[in-house]
Order: sequence, then C-alpha cells, then structure tokens
Amino acid sequence: MSWRRICSYIGLVCLVSACASIPTNALKLSPTSYEDRQLQTRGYETRDELKLLIAGAGVLQDLGYAIDETEKSLGLLTASKRADAFDAGQFAGAIFLSVLGGGGQSVAIDKEQKIRASLVVSPSHNREDYFLVRITFQRVVWDTQGRVTRIESINDRDIYQGFFSKLSKAVFLEAHSL
Amino acid sequence: MRFIFIILLAVTVLNACVATRDQAIAGASQVELRSYQTRAFESSDKKKTMRSIISTLQDLNFVVDKADLDLGTITATKLSGYQIRMTVTVREKGENRLLVRANAQYNNRTIEEPGPYQDFFMALEKSMFLTAHAVD
Repeated sequence: MSWRRICSYIGLVCLVSACASIPTNALKLSPTSYEDRQLQTRGYETRDELKLLIAGAGVLQDLGYAIDETEKSLGLLTASKRADAFDAGQFAGAIFLSVLGGGGQSVAIDKEQKIRASLVVSPSHNREDYFLVRITFQRVVWDTQGRVTRIESINDRDIYQGFFSKLSKAVFLEAHSL
Repeated sequence: MRFIFIILLAVTVLNACVATRDQAIAGASQVELRSYQTRAFESSDKKKTMRSIISTLQDLNFVVDKADLDLGTITATKLSGYQIRMTVTVREKGENRLLVRANAQYNNRTIEEPGPYQDFFMALEKSMFLTAHAVD
C-alpha cells in the first residue's frame, strides 16, 4: 500500500469524525435584517401593552396555534401548530418521477409541518403611546417517509400581512406600517 | 496492511468514545468558554436589556422559545437548514452593571469557538446602543 493511499485513508477518517462547523454568518446581522424587521413588525397607537398581547394570543388561536409559553413582563408569547404540508405541485412532480422510474419506487413528498411563532410586544423608544408588535415564524417539514425535508424561517410577505390584518381587526385599532 | 486497519479502527473508536454518557459534562475549558460567552454592559435596566436581547435574536432570525424576567433567561431557536439553540442570561453585577452570557448549540454540538459569540454581542451592542466590555 502506498503512503499516498494511507494518507488518504487517514484523511477520510478524520473528515468523517470531525464535527461540522457553524456557518460563518449564522450569528451576524444579514443585509436584509432591516427589511425583515419591517415585514415582521407593525406599530399600534395604544398605551395598553397587555391589550396587544391578549389580542395577539387571540389571533394565534384563530389561526389554530396553541400557546406554548408566555412572559407578559417582556411582552412575549410563543405558539406552535402542526399542519398539512401537502404541495400539489410537488405531488404532480412525484407522480411524474414515479412514471419515469417505472413505478417501482415511490417518491417521497412533503406531508406534515410544525410551525412555531414568537410574538413580541415592545414599547417604542420615542413615544409612550406607541407599541410595536413583531412576530417571527419558522417551520420543520417532514415527508411521507418521516424524514425532515426542511428546517427554515418563514419570510413570506403574505403570511405577515395576513397576520397583521387580523391583529388590527382584533385590537380595533389601525395598524401603522413602520 | 492489517496494522494500518487496526490503527484506523482505533482512531475511529477513540473519536466515538466522546459520544457517550460523558457528553453530559463534556465541554471546553470553563474559564476560557465563559470569557467568550460573557460581556458586561453599563446598565442597571435588566428588563430593557432583556427586551434588547429578544429583539436582537429576532433580527438574527431566531424564534424565542421562552423567557423569564425574574430568572433573567431567554432561550431561542434558529432554523435555517441547520438548527442553533441559544440561551442568554442576564444578571446584575454591582449597581450599574449587567452581565450577559450566551451559550449556543449548533445542531447537536456546543459552539465553543469565540467567533459566533463575538458576532452575537456585536449585534446586541447595536441594538442596545451600548458598548459591551469583556469580563475578566
């Protein structure tokens, strides 16, 4: 056995046993963090922080979430729900692939997801009668074979706009975009 | 040839040994790790500091799992093709000083290198409009 081959074996073992390292930008502010914050935040003219928090809990319940944790002194609510992750486009693609593959092997498609959200109410830095509500969503998706296919933040504009539209109705106040 | 395979096997087994029940108390040098993970802020407002930490975590795409003002703890998770779970604690040190400590796990591994913690505290400084001081 040549030394080159021995070295390559050792290198392979070291690679396999080494731990994957954290991505370099994982805890850095992203260039889009300001836009993300705007998308995820609305301001409300009120002096009643608790009222906003209760309204937020109500909207999350309307959307089928269970409240997991609360800390009203910090204006925090966390909630989660399990939901269907079926995607018609993905399903059509899976059928197409199955046909191409002769139908011998089934193609896994997304089946179920767990969505988590944290809602935070915080006072404005400048005004006493103004509070900010910020919500962030993330999800884990499993396929029909029980494997995790996605773990990600949800940054879909429609989802945030939909949530704040419902929240505004719930608090009977007009939401002001930042 | 056989000798080489025995060595390779021994290396693999030795590496695997760490992944046993000893993991419960495994970790880097305690003093070194605490210095990476801790910063002091010139502030006496614990509540405001905790709100800033929550805001920073949201800026970094975390979803907050739980928080407790009395205990001064916040735990949050980031999902982005990987998982980072982070706990941040705030405690008073003297009359006008708060110690903020963060520790995080990347997937199933504790983050022990200083870089990610420096990045986190840099983001927190921006949010608090304060300078973080290293702790001796």
